[in-house]
Amino acid sequence: MSIARLPRVAGLLALLLAACALPLMLSNFRLFQFSQVYIYAIAILGLNMLTGYNGQFSLGHGAFYAIGAYVSAIMMDRWNISYGWTIPVAGVLCLIVGFLFGLPALRLEGLYLALATFSLALAVPQILKYFEHWTGGSQGIVLSKPNAPFGLPLNPDQWLYFVTLSVLVLLFWLGANLLRGRVGRAIVAIRDNHIAAEAMGVNTALYKSLVFGVSAAYTGVAGALSACVIAYVAPDSFNVFLSVTLLIGSVIGGLASISGAVFGALFIQFVPNWAQDISKAAPWAIFGVFLIGFMYLMPFGIAGAIRLLWIRATRSRVQQKERSVVPSQAHTTT
Amino acid sequence: MDILIQQVVSGLATGGIYASLALALVMIYQATDVVNFAQGELAMFATYICWSLINAGLPYWVAFLSTLAIAFVGGVVIERVVIRPVENAPILSIVMVTLGLLVICNSVAGWIWTYLQKPFPSPFSANPIKVGNVVFGAHDLGEIEVTMLVLLCIYLFFRFTPLGLAMRAAAHNPVSSRLVGIRVGWMLALGWGLAAVFGAVAGMMVAPVLTLEPNLMGGVQIYAFAAATLGGFTSPGGAVLGGFIVGVVENLVGTYVSFIGTELKFTVALAMIIVVLLVRPTGLFGTTVVKRV
Amino acid sequence: MNALLDVQALEAFYGRTKALHGVSFSMATGGITTILGANGAGKTTTLRAISRMVRTTGTIRFEGEALERRATEDVVQLGIAHAPEGRGTFVHLTVEENLRLGAWGRRERGNLKDDFERVFGYFPVLHERRRQAAGTLSGGEQQMLAVARALMLRPRLLLLDEPSLGLAPLVVREIFRILRTINQTGVSILLVEQNAALALDLADHVFLLETGRVVMEGPSDVLRKDDAIRRAYLGY
Ligand SMILES: Nc1ncnc2c1ncn2[C@@H]1O[C@H](COP(=O)(O)OP(=O)(O)OP(=O)(O)O)[C@@H](O)[C@H]1O
Ligand SMILES: [Mg+2]
Repeated sequence: MSIARLPRVAGLLALLLAACALPLMLSNFRLFQFSQVYIYAIAILGLNMLTGYNGQFSLGHGAFYAIGAYVSAIMMDRWNISYGWTIPVAGVLCLIVGFLFGLPALRLEGLYLALATFSLALAVPQILKYFEHWTGGSQGIVLSKPNAPFGLPLNPDQWLYFVTLSVLVLLFWLGANLLRGRVGRAIVAIRDNHIAAEAMGVNTALYKSLVFGVSAAYTGVAGALSACVIAYVAPDSFNVFLSVTLLIGSVIGGLASISGAVFGALFIQFVPNWAQDISKAAPWAIFGVFLIGFMYLMPFGIAGAIRLLWIRATRSRVQQKERSVVPSQAHTTT
Repeated sequence: MDILIQQVVSGLATGGIYASLALALVMIYQATDVVNFAQGELAMFATYICWSLINAGLPYWVAFLSTLAIAFVGGVVIERVVIRPVENAPILSIVMVTLGLLVICNSVAGWIWTYLQKPFPSPFSANPIKVGNVVFGAHDLGEIEVTMLVLLCIYLFFRFTPLGLAMRAAAHNPVSSRLVGIRVGWMLALGWGLAAVFGAVAGMMVAPVLTLEPNLMGGVQIYAFAAATLGGFTSPGGAVLGGFIVGVVENLVGTYVSFIGTELKFTVALAMIIVVLLVRPTGLFGTTVVKRV
Repeated sequence: MNALLDVQALEAFYGRTKALHGVSFSMATGGITTILGANGAGKTTTLRAISRMVRTTGTIRFEGEALERRATEDVVQLGIAHAPEGRGTFVHLTVEENLRLGAWGRRERGNLKDDFERVFGYFPVLHERRRQAAGTLSGGEQQMLAVARALMLRPRLLLLDEPSLGLAPLVVREIFRILRTINQTGVSILLVEQNAALALDLADHVFLLETGRVVMEGPSDVLRKDDAIRRAYLGY
């Protein structure tokens, strides 16, 4: 068993090493972009838990991203609280808000939930502007980037890069454990067959609200990190297109997948950059075309396609294995 | 009292716009169980087409009618080309495709016509109409007339023509419809075409008020959602009525509830949607239907 | 060959499961043919195959024209009316609208007045209920509506799936009497029935389906005397 997992663990370690080496090779701006990728990846993983694994639509996760960002920004700006504290606070707050939002959402069938969350996404900038006293209105809040602690020889962008990378690793590790375990199976069971899950003794109401909360918490943490990394928050950056962007990342990476969140994040971070050269409007046109194209051709996203290729490539080997395994398995399962 | 009447009338005017777009949403929902999140953006796009036609020198009403025709064809083509491949896919996929359409319409409009606000002409005189002490905007009254006319036409179409009957049948019971020889796929496409027409009407009526820009319909769409939710996604008549109610409520709340003003308008719509969904998910006039599994 | 309907080596699939395993039969113009069989034998599936509602292999010819490549809508245009299992009522629409829709797929458009008169003549109760939402009709009335709707097509072939289901014996006998009249006006009928006694009385030819295969066929007066049939379907 552990031997079978060895290549995977080795691969992940190699990736992590490569990620740690990036600051040596890239300019501050590129590094900033990669920080942004990690932030998106965290948010998308949150969305994947909800939509991909649990089957609840959210077209308004930008709202939780906004809450996370503003909680962090207001704490730093108003109360001079260190950014390090604001991130968990943003996460916990979004957990609570998400859980509370999830309670009524339980009663909404898929499409109505999509509708409610989409409307939420549309309303967010207005709400942010309304509470001007806290949020600085349309001007937003300008922050300063933190310096590296303990006199580490890193500039702020490099330091923030490592912060986001660590948060990413921590949250992905937690998320993977959650989704691959018993809880994860219950979450998926609810998506696939609500009634059967209930019959098996899964408290679907509680699980669904909790998933909503956890999902919102991930996205909120991502929002808080983005406030730190960009050092600026303004209402119009949290419009409905942010929610749609996250969704696009989720779909393109692969809805019900953990690694897919990273692919999706890379996509939504870098594709618009290339497309921007064509026209200001081009990124969105390309996003739209990709979104529709993926729905037609690769509904399981990049991660799904890779998995399929992997299965095909290893099919012959697996089949051989299966043949030798079947008799003994039959023995153990009966 | 005079102010109240004025506000109610102007609420009815915007309500008519919400009603048109809500009707578009409901038509597609009834036929396919899917909310078309791109409905507003399609309307915005049609409005830009009208703007271009007027700029090319066409008289207003010629441009208006041409736009309706173009919107109809556009709706039909989009259904046949974009939606049809996912017709039988899970609802999530169809929602995603409509979201894709949304961002494509929005960005292509920005690409072609830029993101600058453009004044859009109103076909009605700029002079207010005075009845006693009450002053009505001519555009408001004209808007009400136009939406009423459109709604009447569509009612007559569905109620009294064979094609309207076949479209209703196809929406409610596709299997039986095939068995009597109705081309259900084409009926859905016609439905998209008609929905695009209602959207275009809404867009062209609201553009003089809000001025034309690619995000023209974002706010209208959230109100149309509220209207359709309130009236019930399964009830076209309900959605229309919902539109008018929402328009009037929006205006009265904006006028009389000081802390809301105009700045929290979307939030009001959001609150309406959530409250209706929680209290009466089928809306005022909707019925629960057995959902496909 | 002058067969109205000719089915050869028909296999039908629901997803991957095969429901028909090579069914072959043909029926003559002007006749009434009945398909008997236990639950799940594939009777409904056979009718669905003719109406192109399931995926199939094999050939189906109607008056010499191949149906396999046609869509359901196009089969209807050839004059094949199908009153499906479960009746397929448009419950939201009125009785009259249901009937109107029945004429949608027919080639000669023309006046519906005669057709309304004819079906109301067969089923006067539908005339009384014509403005009522069809979903509010009783089960038997909906069954009549299903037959009436099929007749609005002025079909050459009528496919009926268990028209007696859930009806009182008196009503069943009435419907079967009407079916005979309809047949005499030149409409061929392919009837799927659980009520074997009645079906054998009405039909001139019988096919017996068992788990997706034709296991017996012949003129109904011959098969009525067959011991196996008697025991399994007639119960005496
Ligand atoms: N929609 C479907 N999906 C999958 N399998 C089906 C479907 N409809 C029928 N079947 C299967 O095909 C076989 C034949 O079914 P069919 O409905 O044709 O039987 P039938 O002879 O009409 O039975 P009954 O007298 O009960 O109506 C059955 O084994 C059934 O389980
Ligand atoms: Mg049957």
